[in-house]
Amino acid sequence: MARTIQSLERAAAVLRLLAGGERRLGLSDIASTLGLAKGTAHGLLRTLQQEGFVEQDPASGRYQLGAELLRLGNSYLDVHELRARALVWTDDLARSSGESVYLGVLHQRGVLIVHHVFRPDDSRQVLEVGAMQPLHSTALGKVLAAYDPVARSEAMDSGREALTAHTITDPESFEEVLELTRSRGWAADVEETWEGVASIAAPVHDRRRMPVGAVAVTGAVERVCADGEIQPRLVAAVRDCARAVSRDLGAGRF
Amino acid sequence: MSDTRREFIAAIDQGTTSSRCIVFDRDGRIVSVGQKEHEQIFPEPGRVEHDANEIWANVQEVIAEALDRAGITREDVQALGITNQRETTLLWDRATGEPVHNAIVWQDTRTDALCRELGRNVGQDRFRRETGLPLASYFAGPKIRWLLDNVEGLRERAEAGEILFGTMDSWVIWNLTGGTEGGVHVTDVTNASRTLLMNLRTLDWDPRICESMGVPMAVLPEIRSSAEVYGEARGALEGVPVASALGDQQAALFGQTCFSPGEAKSTYGTGTFLLLNTGSEAVNSYNGLLTTVGYRIGDQDPVYALEGSIAVTGSLVQWMRDQMGLINSAAEIETLASSVEDNGGAYFVPAFSGLFAPYWRSDARGVIAGLTRYVTKAHIARAVLEATAWQTREIVDAMEKDSRVELTALRVDGGMTSNNLLMQCISDVLDAPVVRPMVAETTCLGAAYAAGLAVGFWPDTDALRANWRRAAEWTPRMEADVREREYKNWLKAVERTMGWLEEEN
Repeated sequence: MARTIQSLERAAAVLRLLAGGERRLGLSDIASTLGLAKGTAHGLLRTLQQEGFVEQDPASGRYQLGAELLRLGNSYLDVHELRARALVWTDDLARSSGESVYLGVLHQRGVLIVHHVFRPDDSRQVLEVGAMQPLHSTALGKVLAAYDPVARSEAMDSGREALTAHTITDPESFEEVLELTRSRGWAADVEETWEGVASIAAPVHDRRRMPVGAVAVTGAVERVCADGEIQPRLVAAVRDCARAVSRDLGAGRF
Repeated sequence: MSDTRREFIAAIDQGTTSSRCIVFDRDGRIVSVGQKEHEQIFPEPGRVEHDANEIWANVQEVIAEALDRAGITREDVQALGITNQRETTLLWDRATGEPVHNAIVWQDTRTDALCRELGRNVGQDRFRRETGLPLASYFAGPKIRWLLDNVEGLRERAEAGEILFGTMDSWVIWNLTGGTEGGVHVTDVTNASRTLLMNLRTLDWDPRICESMGVPMAVLPEIRSSAEVYGEARGALEGVPVASALGDQQAALFGQTCFSPGEAKSTYGTGTFLLLNTGSEAVNSYNGLLTTVGYRIGDQDPVYALEGSIAVTGSLVQWMRDQMGLINSAAEIETLASSVEDNGGAYFVPAFSGLFAPYWRSDARGVIAGLTRYVTKAHIARAVLEATAWQTREIVDAMEKDSRVELTALRVDGGMTSNNLLMQCISDVLDAPVVRPMVAETTCLGAAYAAGLAVGFWPDTDALRANWRRAAEWTPRMEADVREREYKNWLKAVERTMGWLEEEN
């Protein structure tokens, strides 16, 4: 028989244990159930967490299965399905906000634009579906990094290049931004990616409450902000839209 | 200012599978939606019917639902517009308001033999010069004849003036305006242009054709324009002007604000309907298209359109999902098709029940041509999307030949517009921009626009154009030589579908 790798077997056992129903388990439960030393179990969990296969609830410290694991299966949400569900709501957001609207998902190390609605004026605009945006500086990217641990580690591991004078590059400040994003439910980018451009984004969840993407309005900083502040009217519109799309995907109220 | 915020237009879309009511505000934005499906009755193969009483009950229900969701009352509704499934035929008793038979739905093919018989030695183009239509089972006239021939004692009652005919617009308007208590018996020019009984130039019933078809003129409603006040609603909407009627495809043309000759819209659903505005000229088609009334606003000149339809578009994607099992959802066709660069040499011609415009070959059946060992399911998925694009190209080519008007841009709507790859592909093969508007519900919007114009809620079509917003635009990226080569290959594949059936029937 070929040699097997013990730590992989143990990691698989951890995943099977966490997959047993909708539950979160503490470190000592996991260690004792699998007959492992606490230190060993912790090492396994930390590695799995880094890969996005396991998540730790910040309040209780308990562990549960992570988003990346669901992405692995066949049941992941097709981005074209996401676009089809979002179409009506994003049109309405563009109309009510007067700005262009983007729907983005995590792809490799950035944000892939899967849907784009033009700003509702008669100006010439180019469809940006298929374009990539940076994860660390855009509102879409910050939302994805705040809610999706895989996106977060991609953003943390990247160089976080300073694209403008306002780009947040140091890891502590970036973590704070993610924390703020999670607590208030939306993210902003005020000239952190492009000079003169600001945007606001909110997360889209599926029926498993997995963060599957983010929706954003983007426009001239003079319109998106008033007196140096993000316009609350736009924030509300973006969040309403993200909630409506999430509801269409089967996510419950939250 | 406070008043204008509480002014709305409601539109009813009495469709094939459901009835909907949408409330719009002055900017043409959707405020609320009410929707309810009705039963599809299949008494035997080839026959499809609807219960007209169920439809009328549902229409009342969805109006109440939409008003309730918008948080408004009938006083806030400035006008009510109607759009409907076209050609579906109903006869009812003038005195009791009771239908004498289920409505015969446009898809129903029971009048196939009757249509052949009516064509006699002339063929299916017998009435084309007057009506713009071939003799086909879709249209209402032969369905009226069938009912008169097959419902006991109906012909006598019809000739005595006891029976009323209507497409769904007439049925809904008659009931809305009071039914047996003074309901108005009208239809609009667009719906009338789908009966095979209306003369396209006079916009009146053609007595000679009615005679040949065996339809007593006493059953026919008065033909009115698409945008005028037909009457006031009674009941829940007491006092609201009923102010527009348009067949669903014409309503979409109106909702897309295709008000100038050369402007065209294409609605991509299960099948696809492409309408081109040809202005005040009713263009005869020599390339297998239909000539139809696009709309008529009040006493202005009518606007005509050429219509081409593609039988199998969205339904081909459904076939890939349900019959082939190659995808789990319709949206996944794009994922699968995007995983390859091109069609790998494969072409899919979905002539499932023959070839329609511009070929009209009932002996054709579907083919997948150009198969090699190299071709994967992803290439087939790409060929599926390209089939919709090439069929669009063929209709557009036929329209340009008939009208000598070159299409500058194609306005699209319908469920398949969420397919980015398909939209790009259509732009590539047409070598023209493809534009999607911000309001996806163009059919209801068109009915609302027409009703709003009739009551002065909107001043003119320019004001409606100003409401139109571009949500996305796809521009051609394909090299001319590639387009020519691919088109040639497509035409070769089309050729291979023909003559599959040895003899008709």
